[in-house]
Amino acid sequence: MTLTFEDFPPGHFGTFGPRRVTREEILAFAAEFDPQPMHLDEEAASRSMLKGLSGSGWHLCSIMMRMMFDGYIGRTASLGSPGVNEVRWLAPLRPGDDLTLEIDVTEARVSRSRPDTGIVTFKGMVRNAAGQALCEMVSPIIVQRRAAVAVS
Amino acid sequence: MRFFEDLEIGQRRELGSFTFTAELIKKFAAQFDPQRFHLDEEEGRKSLFGGLAASGWHVGSVCMKLLVADGQRQSKEAAARGEQVAIWGPSPGFRELRWIKPVLAGDTIHFASEIETLRWSEKRPEWGIAQARNTGANQRGDKVFSLLATAFVPRRSAGA
Repeated sequence: MTLTFEDFPPGHFGTFGPRRVTREEILAFAAEFDPQPMHLDEEAASRSMLKGLSGSGWHLCSIMMRMMFDGYIGRTASLGSPGVNEVRWLAPLRPGDDLTLEIDVTEARVSRSRPDTGIVTFKGMVRNAAGQALCEMVSPIIVQRRAAVAVS
Repeated sequence: MRFFEDLEIGQRRELGSFTFTAELIKKFAAQFDPQRFHLDEEEGRKSLFGGLAASGWHVGSVCMKLLVADGQRQSKEAAARGEQVAIWGPSPGFRELRWIKPVLAGDTIHFASEIETLRWSEKRPEWGIAQARNTGANQRGDKVFSLLATAFVPRRSAGA
């Protein structure tokens, strides 16, 4: 069943994961996209504000994207996203973390310019196994309405 | 990299360019964002994007890559001049990320970063907090990407 605009009323939507993040993944992403010492080198990381090796914030966001895809976006009539209202990196991503993603729908409205679609704004909060909040993301996606999907 | 005291509102850094090939777009998408329009040319053409489009998280991650490379170039230059090198702290986050236009296979995006706000950290007196508008424009000069990033920047007085 494809999820459409009507399937995303405001409120709690779901909890996804856990997803294990390995040291190798953290180092590989950092080497390609964010080669700062705090993401690559144990010794330098221990002297940084984050006090130990941590994953890139962009890696964490990309993992959240994948968890959202596996959780629901992969079976949603999504047309993409215009952007991200806010990302807050609250605590470092550590090697071996098991991530859980909680998703709430904060707003759902029909698009004025494209009335066969709606704009659903999600708040995602990712936590480690200890329940510590690592990252909060607020982002809209454009989703087709059920009538439009039935026609196409 | 520069110290907090060296930054001024309105300072702009050209970060360089990156070409999003179909191969790189699909590789990132397969790992992190396997939506059909990021993985397949035909699906991309049928989508709102009008072609195989890079994941927005890929575009943001590449912007980060060029920011880090630019910082490393500045650090090398400072070290060559015999100056102390600033090591920037982590970022508490960003706001107002806009994927303004799709980044399609073959597009070359030029990124830049411009300082918008500067303030001292109240909780950490050895750090300042800078906000920068990081943007990307394609080979036709169309702005495709923008965000307002925040970072901790060390103050010269603290380490010197």
